[in-house]
Amino acid sequence: MSGQQTYLEIVRNGLWSNNQSLVALLGMCPLLATSTSATNGLGMGLATTAVLTMSNVAISLIRHLVRPEIRLPVFVLIIASLVTAVDLAMQAWFFELYKVLGIFIPLIVVNCIIIGRAEAFAVKNPVNRAALDGLAMGAGMTLVLMTLGGIREFIGQGTLFAQADLMLGSFGKLLMVNLGPDFHGAILAILPPGAFIFLGLLIALKNLVDKRARNRQAALARATPTGAEPQPAG
Amino acid sequence: MKTVPIAIAGLVLSAFAIVGVSLVAVTHAATADRIAANDRMTMLKKLEAIVPPGSIGNDPIADRIEVQASELLGSPSTSVYRVRKDGEAVALVLNPVVPDGYAGPIKLLVAVMKDGSLGGVRVVSHHETPGLGDRIEERRTDWVLGFAGKSLDNPSEDKWKVKRDGGVYDQFTGATITPRSVVKAVANTLRFVKAQGNELYTQPAVAATKGAS
Repeated sequence: MSGQQTYLEIVRNGLWSNNQSLVALLGMCPLLATSTSATNGLGMGLATTAVLTMSNVAISLIRHLVRPEIRLPVFVLIIASLVTAVDLAMQAWFFELYKVLGIFIPLIVVNCIIIGRAEAFAVKNPVNRAALDGLAMGAGMTLVLMTLGGIREFIGQGTLFAQADLMLGSFGKLLMVNLGPDFHGAILAILPPGAFIFLGLLIALKNLVDKRARNRQAALARATPTGAEPQPAG
Repeated sequence: MKTVPIAIAGLVLSAFAIVGVSLVAVTHAATADRIAANDRMTMLKKLEAIVPPGSIGNDPIADRIEVQASELLGSPSTSVYRVRKDGEAVALVLNPVVPDGYAGPIKLLVAVMKDGSLGGVRVVSHHETPGLGDRIEERRTDWVLGFAGKSLDNPSEDKWKVKRDGGVYDQFTGATITPRSVVKAVANTLRFVKAQGNELYTQPAVAATKGAS
């Protein structure tokens, strides 16, 4: 997990193998709280990605100035100031967007993915890698948020991407699915326990896919005598 | 621990604190006016939606009074925006709070016309259960639009209840508490306006503050 990662590995890590929401289980509070619909998930994911990329860049830039013993308070300061500034700027200049995403912005401060990536990656890497890491980790979280939001919304309310037109304009209308007002759904999916249940299922699914992939690799290694020794499964 | 590295660490930390605070302060100064203007616009749009089109001839946000009637209006202080046209009183818009929602207080915006009928009601914010109680939102169902034109004589005051309690307003399948509380709060708002009478139109407006809140 040091500077030797290729760009491809950084992206892979962010989207799959070190996905912050499914593997590191960081940032659970905003993840569970805002994944009540696919649109909310997408909005929260995009806002987090933007802040995460900015904070990674800022922290990578100052990484030689900060002494190790005070790095955490400095990170917290930078992240908090950035989020507040972004919140104010959006409120002033992107008000339409703010009305949709605004409620999520202050929540980003409590997302430990941001400080997690600052500490685990940005502080040890040059700016371009830190920025890519922010984008990749943010995209990974956005995918999980949107999937979880979509599942909960569909099962709980029978809609998908409801009100996406507020955020994405006419394109959002294309995404919207509605099973109609007669579909009452399982309210449990929308309530907080539903978030835990479906997140658990998503994590299980990811582990299953990983296990299959490992088994396949091991089988391949056994089949070819010169191959590397099989990796332990599980 | 040596004292010099600690002092340096302290200095670096305070330098970052200064930079961080300056960033926020500069952004705040640069955006405060625009944010206030945006809030104003939003509030005006909300007001326009619940009074008849073209009936706002003044600036209701500036022509505002604060009233204290927590019994009927649910919060210690409630804003009353006065809508006038050509000097004539048109409507009062209040922002009462429903204190007994299913999952916390519900904030409303209620327009009461000069004749005591409702111009309209909107839900500003709530914490009701998604899919059940949130059907009070205008964007989910038309339920809240059913208040327009109603008054304390229409239906008669004892019919200001949900159907399950013998009134005229629909409840939702699986959610009776939410609409019951909203109906009660709207009726209470009408009672408050009726009791105060013209007084609400004639009181001097509060001095302009930091824009709409």
